[in-house]
Amino acid sequence: MLRLFLKILKTGVVTERFKKPKDDELERLGIEIKRHIDKKFSGSIAIREVDAGSCNGCELEIHALNNPYYDIERFGIHFVASPRHADVLLVTGPVSRNMQTALLRTYEATPNPKWVVAVGDCAACGGEFGVSYASCGAVSNVIPVDVVIPGCPPTPLALMTGLLGLIR
Amino acid sequence: MSSANWTIDFLSRLGVEGIAVIVPGQGGPSPQPLSQEGEGLYNLSIQPIVSIDEQEHFLPSPSGRGAGGEGAVINVTTTDKPVRNQNPLLWQIAANDWRRFAEAAVEQGLRWVAGWAEQVQGDFLVNACFEKQGVYILSRTRVAVNAPTLPSQATVYPAANRSERHSRDMFGINFVDHPDNRRWTRHQAWAEDSYPLRKDFPVQGAPVDVTPADMHYPFIKSEGQGVYEIPVGPVHAGIIEPGHFRFQAVGELILNLEERLGYVHKGIEKIAEGRAPDSLARLAGRVSGDTTVGHCWAACMAMEQAAAIEIPPRAALIRGILAERERIANHLGDMGAICNDVAFVFAQMQFTRLRELWLRTHAKVFGHRLLMDRIMPGGVMCDLTDADCTLIKREINVLRNELADIMPAIDLNSSLEDRLYTAGFLAPNIAAAFGALGYVGRASGQDFDVRRDAPYAPYDRVTVKVAVETKGDIASRFWIRYKEINASLHLIEQFIDQLVAGGLVSEWQPASAGSEGLGIVEGWRGEITAYVRFDAENKIARFYPRDPSILNWPALEKLVLDNIVPDFPVCNKSLNGSYSGNDL
Repeated sequence: MLRLFLKILKTGVVTERFKKPKDDELERLGIEIKRHIDKKFSGSIAIREVDAGSCNGCELEIHALNNPYYDIERFGIHFVASPRHADVLLVTGPVSRNMQTALLRTYEATPNPKWVVAVGDCAACGGEFGVSYASCGAVSNVIPVDVVIPGCPPTPLALMTGLLGLIR
Repeated sequence: MSSANWTIDFLSRLGVEGIAVIVPGQGGPSPQPLSQEGEGLYNLSIQPIVSIDEQEHFLPSPSGRGAGGEGAVINVTTTDKPVRNQNPLLWQIAANDWRRFAEAAVEQGLRWVAGWAEQVQGDFLVNACFEKQGVYILSRTRVAVNAPTLPSQATVYPAANRSERHSRDMFGINFVDHPDNRRWTRHQAWAEDSYPLRKDFPVQGAPVDVTPADMHYPFIKSEGQGVYEIPVGPVHAGIIEPGHFRFQAVGELILNLEERLGYVHKGIEKIAEGRAPDSLARLAGRVSGDTTVGHCWAACMAMEQAAAIEIPPRAALIRGILAERERIANHLGDMGAICNDVAFVFAQMQFTRLRELWLRTHAKVFGHRLLMDRIMPGGVMCDLTDADCTLIKREINVLRNELADIMPAIDLNSSLEDRLYTAGFLAPNIAAAFGALGYVGRASGQDFDVRRDAPYAPYDRVTVKVAVETKGDIASRFWIRYKEINASLHLIEQFIDQLVAGGLVSEWQPASAGSEGLGIVEGWRGEITAYVRFDAENKIARFYPRDPSILNWPALEKLVLDNIVPDFPVCNKSLNGSYSGNDL
């Protein structure tokens, strides 16, 4: 146990500072609903992450948001286990046809008001997979999308900027 | 026993005498059989020896079929070059002997590696790859598209079960006497009587506006007092990929688990068709995002074989460094996540911190945090400067020191010991039966690693130390990852020391139509195989990547038995199968 506490002490706090995105960055991310969210959620949002067909690359970087360097929870952004508790759906992947109904049901299960963030190039435009017999392509082909965070996969910093843009 | 000896042994068992007549050399397009009508189980025709990258021999010749009359025709092709996985032996088997061949193979102790099919004009070629002592055999048979029936190998090799169901769903090949005739990859996105990987199926298919949920999949049922079902997924509670798990439990005890995957089926095999080599490499890098180096390497290796291209030694060494760095990044993430699933957050925070530092070096040195698109057909995209090498070596020492602090703190933690030891036990014989790979197999006594047993450049110039345990529990799968990190750190140091000056990419020579290759590498999850066949004009005709998860997922159904439901997440994480790599 002593070793454990020693390591914690030795490691110290590694969490980094982040700047809020500027106006032109927000425009690039397509965030037009910022004011509504500011008003309705008072600077705190709950996110339900939905992998609708991704290769798992985006998930790895979303995971990284919870590591001690980014520690996104300090900004009031936290991940929840059910769409019933969520304000925002963070959707990755081209939407595979086998996940289409599951995504629609998750969307319906999320109470209003709600926002959808499409994460990654596949979610934005279909990416490497496009539209086919097995894939619906972009998330916006299935449910309405409010914000797009491009990248393959977007870095934690890009995700931070996109998500911080959503809240105060 | 030298590695090639068992194949001769095996052939003798199949009823062949006079195997010594296998001669190295170049055969013509329709070589004369050297011997025929062997006694015993099989009739064999032995053809002159060719290597896999000589496409006219690798393509099945219709004239070879039926030469042995009622029995099987096995065209044995090998090469006088050292037997490596670059040169798997191609044996052609008559369709009606497909299962008998598997029976002989299991008796000989061959491991089932991969199974896939492809359409070549009016026929389906069905392939099953086997391995023993680092020698790979690619067995192949041919059935007509209008009568696609083949005896199932799944009764002999449980590992072939889902693979055959996948081939049935995608091609409409009927595997006779298959122990489980339910659909697998097909949910509701295409009709039961249409088959996406047939050449007449358009890539766009004929989808409806909203693909309905797959409501009526016939799950295994259980009855009895106190037995209840827990359906989980496809949308899970964590930040993970989608899949469905159906538990039958009594109290907290898991009686049975059935996996239902295929939710992230994106048509990778279909959309690969017609791509150029660069484009296929990009796609392969997205088969499973956490294994982007592994899959990209395997696909490029297959394409390079088909096009007879050797990559520069410097490129091979950099590929090795990329692959080992990917292994370490994933193992660090997994070790933290395993501890997190038993609420030991100290380890999660420490390991995610180390992983983040590791990924930042990826970005700084190689230009991408997950190392996507660093490998390209013919070589690599990125170079290492002397300063990079110094940085990487310094970071290796930092990581060793960090782990020297953290691992004893973990080892001495009794609550962690309580949860991880004996939980999620996978018996060595079950691991062997399912052909479990990588850390899952090696934690249950399966002593196999492509890097050591069928080495490819740059692993042919170093000694690869492979950690093996026999306890088979979650703790074993945890500690084996730690041992693999140490081995990988050592390998990276060796590769950097051996880094030779030279080019990064060999010039691409278009592969001839019909040429094919089989890339086999050790990804961080275990052995990855990638099959590629070229069409005319340097375009891809067929791509099949076999992720190790395809063999490891069935082992999860076994290792959770008699564990409690709340331990499922940690059992699952200790195996950490890829959904995307499985569903394709």
